Amino acid sequence: MKAFTYERARTPHEAVTALARTPGARIIAGGTNLLDLMKLQIETPDHLIDIGRIGLDTIDDTPDGGLRIGALVRNTDLAADMRVRRHYGVLSRALLAGASGQLRNKATTSGNLLQRTRCPYFYDPNQPCNKRQPGAGCAAIGGVSRQLGIIGTSEACIATHPSDMAVAMRLLDATVETINVRGQSRHISIADFHRLPGKTPHIETSLHSDELITSLTLPPPVGGHHFYRKVRDRASYAFALVSVAAILQKDGTGRVAVGGIAPKPWRIEAAESEMPKGSEAVAARLLADASPTPANAFKVPLVERTLAAVIQEAKAS
Amino acid sequence: MKFDRAAGQNPIDQLHVVGHPLDRIDGRFKTTGTAPYAYERHDVVPHQAYGYIIGSAVAKGRVTRMDVARAKAAPGVLAIVTTLDMPALKNGPRNTAKLFGGPEISHYHQATAIVVAETFEQARAAAVQIETDYGHDESQFDLKQAQHGARSVPAADGSRADRVGDFEKAFSASATRLDETYTTPDQTHAMMEPHATLAAWEGEKLTLWTSNQMIAWNRRDIATTLGLSEDNVRVDSPYIGGGFGGKLFLRSDAVLAALGAKAAGRPVKVALTRPFIMNNTTHRSATIQRIRIGTDRDGRIMAIAHESTSGNLPHGRPEAAIDQTKLLYAGPNRLTAMRLAVLDLPEGNAMRAPGEASGLMALEIAMDEMAERLRMDPVRFRILNDTQVDPEKPGRPFSQRHLVECLEHGAEKFGWSHRKARPASVREGEWLIGMGVAAGFRNNLLTKSAARVRLDSQGIVTVETDMTDIGTGTYTILAQTAAEMMGVSIDQVRVILGDSDFPVSAGSGGQWGANNSAAGVYAACVKLRESVAEKMGLPPAEAQFSGGNIHAGNSIFPLGQAAHEGELVAEDAIEYADVDKRYQQSTFASHFVEVGVNGFTGEVRIRRMLAVCSAGRILNPKTARNQVIGAMTMGAGAALMEELAVDTGRGFFVNHDLAGYEVPVHADIPHQEAIFLDEVDPLSSPMKAKGVGELGLCGVAAAIANAVYNATAVRIRDYPVTLDKHLAHLPRMS
Repeated sequence: MKAFTYERARTPHEAVTALARTPGARIIAGGTNLLDLMKLQIETPDHLIDIGRIGLDTIDDTPDGGLRIGALVRNTDLAADMRVRRHYGVLSRALLAGASGQLRNKATTSGNLLQRTRCPYFYDPNQPCNKRQPGAGCAAIGGVSRQLGIIGTSEACIATHPSDMAVAMRLLDATVETINVRGQSRHISIADFHRLPGKTPHIETSLHSDELITSLTLPPPVGGHHFYRKVRDRASYAFALVSVAAILQKDGTGRVAVGGIAPKPWRIEAAESEMPKGSEAVAARLLADASPTPANAFKVPLVERTLAAVIQEAKAS
Repeated sequence: MKFDRAAGQNPIDQLHVVGHPLDRIDGRFKTTGTAPYAYERHDVVPHQAYGYIIGSAVAKGRVTRMDVARAKAAPGVLAIVTTLDMPALKNGPRNTAKLFGGPEISHYHQATAIVVAETFEQARAAAVQIETDYGHDESQFDLKQAQHGARSVPAADGSRADRVGDFEKAFSASATRLDETYTTPDQTHAMMEPHATLAAWEGEKLTLWTSNQMIAWNRRDIATTLGLSEDNVRVDSPYIGGGFGGKLFLRSDAVLAALGAKAAGRPVKVALTRPFIMNNTTHRSATIQRIRIGTDRDGRIMAIAHESTSGNLPHGRPEAAIDQTKLLYAGPNRLTAMRLAVLDLPEGNAMRAPGEASGLMALEIAMDEMAERLRMDPVRFRILNDTQVDPEKPGRPFSQRHLVECLEHGAEKFGWSHRKARPASVREGEWLIGMGVAAGFRNNLLTKSAARVRLDSQGIVTVETDMTDIGTGTYTILAQTAAEMMGVSIDQVRVILGDSDFPVSAGSGGQWGANNSAAGVYAACVKLRESVAEKMGLPPAEAQFSGGNIHAGNSIFPLGQAAHEGELVAEDAIEYADVDKRYQQSTFASHFVEVGVNGFTGEVRIRRMLAVCSAGRILNPKTARNQVIGAMTMGAGAALMEELAVDTGRGFFVNHDLAGYEVPVHADIPHQEAIFLDEVDPLSSPMKAKGVGELGLCGVAAAIANAVYNATAVRIRDYPVTLDKHLAHLPRMS
């Protein structure tokens, strides 16, 4: 771990002011990912701005009937919120499918969104990784890739985004709200928030370097039957091989987003029009551009089969 | 004490203390955080500094340059020792991979330097500032490719295979035949406590407070590696947070803590970091196993062959996956052989039940497949092929062998009769349900073990031996043994372990710890009883020890009275004559498992597990059960998830942390039941006990794999049994 300086911001404005003032600074909230990466010398910030006490930790109703979730609401609290459980069940389930109770107590909403990939080559500083060191190359391509991405990847990077929560947020059409030091606020659609790697896999989001996430806003509930089905080798405390978030309506329509297969939560709205035809039609459309490795090609049928399980469950209930 | 014939009646048979399910006497310390583990020995020596080890970034080659200038100038740094500072250090007989010294790199994360600093953080921060250049050598990391150049490991008589009868002829004449190949992956021990050592020098004398299963090996090997006299080395390891074979040997934490302490002129402590352990230390080697079985029309095995190929560094040992096949089932024509390929991966070495654990993963699937071909129940097929003698040497009986009882009792308890022979015929909602069985087998090893016992005037008995407790319950069973022998309650006994100043014990490994070390305490207590009787003027042969007293005839004295003029001390060892040559000593089990396989996703979830064990006298049913259910959990990991993923291009285990290398969590482990047959084995030792710590693992993974097959009708012969291997073949759910 590289030595760093530390300050604690008291308000969101103080945080963005410090961010603008200090090159090489990083924001720290729950620290459940950043501290691990710093210990392994993967993240080497010169300065940390602790936003743990700036507020932004409430969940409020919006005038149009949605919810505004403060950036620092803990994963545990978000999953347990009665409004979330009642109207956005997929979000609660996704959160509870991730990490462990101890981690969820610390991890925040915005931190969850910004967590970095679990690609094992990203985690080993001896190995070339374009995400860690732009231009170094990618050891995962041609390496051990069973866990890695099958779609949205590039010749520079085949890592996946590991979050469960983000998959549900994508399904729910959340909006990310940010501020910067000039007092400007931006609303970024979750669909545009995470970026595909292309030739620049180290740039993972559309967040500007001087921006701080203040909240995630959910539009009014869409009803339906909510599912979050996470498939993994061990029953708990593992990243998804594939996860399927879905909201299915009684009339056979619905929406679906997939985790564990791409650098961002994978949702193609056009595929959802196939929903009445069944899982195979939807999956074919969702994964039309898939380019898996031999080791992770099983994820293609697994997505379809997991969606089939969800549709079956919806029919049965 | 020489043990050369079946044990007769002895004080242990009273079972006043031995055989009772007593709580661990060290449990309170562990659960309150007061058991001192190696990295927490803050009080044993002042001015401790921190060491941080770095390892090679390449798998095969040599270090051509190391620049430590920046690191040396970093805050808090006291000393840096690099591998270029000295020639290659000599290995002790138990090590294959070089631990330190010289430019040659033979595996990824081989230690290349230690940085010593005032704080851990300073040492770690400085370590990354060391610049290292490498030269690369040609290398081989892929067992599948390397198997073709593997050399035969000579059999007992120097030939390429152990043979009985004419396997080839009998196999080709068999009515029903099986010829299949199975693979097991590399596995890591993944114990909770990392390897850790605090080293301090006093002149030429070195003390290591460390975490090690085998104190005497460790002492000898560090002396060899550092060129010291053994007399100048003390090793102390009273608490060990799991070992599973990963701490049998001297490792880089101890060597570099000692070198760092010498260089810094301060005591230095080192723990290996989790991402470093998997490639720096040892692991269980992957295997490719070919099994052929031929039977007559009635299902009797006429021919059985088991050939296993594994890889290791030059001069390393093979994974002895054929061992159980020599002994488990009858059959007049037999062949076993091992081949060993050279791989430039980290060192393959012992992990819990080395040999049998991997071998049974393959053999017990083969038995399941064979039973199916014979249209015979797999329990019945195993019972039919039971043997009460060593099938390679029929004049040599087993000391005890109750495998059939394990199978029959287990089948009844588990409700095996409800299993459907036709696979994929039971469904509950979206889950396909299956049951599987496997036999468990692990040898019982007899090895010399010494102890010292002291009696003070308060009647307190103190046991001293270099035996270790790796979480197994050794403290407790040795206290029970001494209490039984001396006729006191268990709270009158103190047990001190893990110090090389104490008599040399069997140590912890190969499930030999409990029986041998307790027998060593037994031997010492026999001597102590004699000196107590002598002191009190009682005839030793008539003296009885009970209720804290010694009595004979009408005389009765409190035990402590014998030590009024001074502590009584007795020391002895159990030593074995040829009982294990005359009798094959083994332990047996049956494992029954029920699984659900999700028909949509292929996920496998265990629903219940049962083990029935035959392992001689159970010294403490609670600690023994703890061993067996822990081993069953490890077997669940081996079956369903554990695999060190090899990057065959770059030559290292990629998933080198506990996020990437998955071991079971609570949610994976459902109801577990462990049953011990009520038996004693008088040929094992005066304790009449055998090991259980490895038996509990042996066969578990195959029982799970067989249950998965019974659920799905898809046979997977490559571990771990993960969903990607059967997904495409699962019946379509609707």
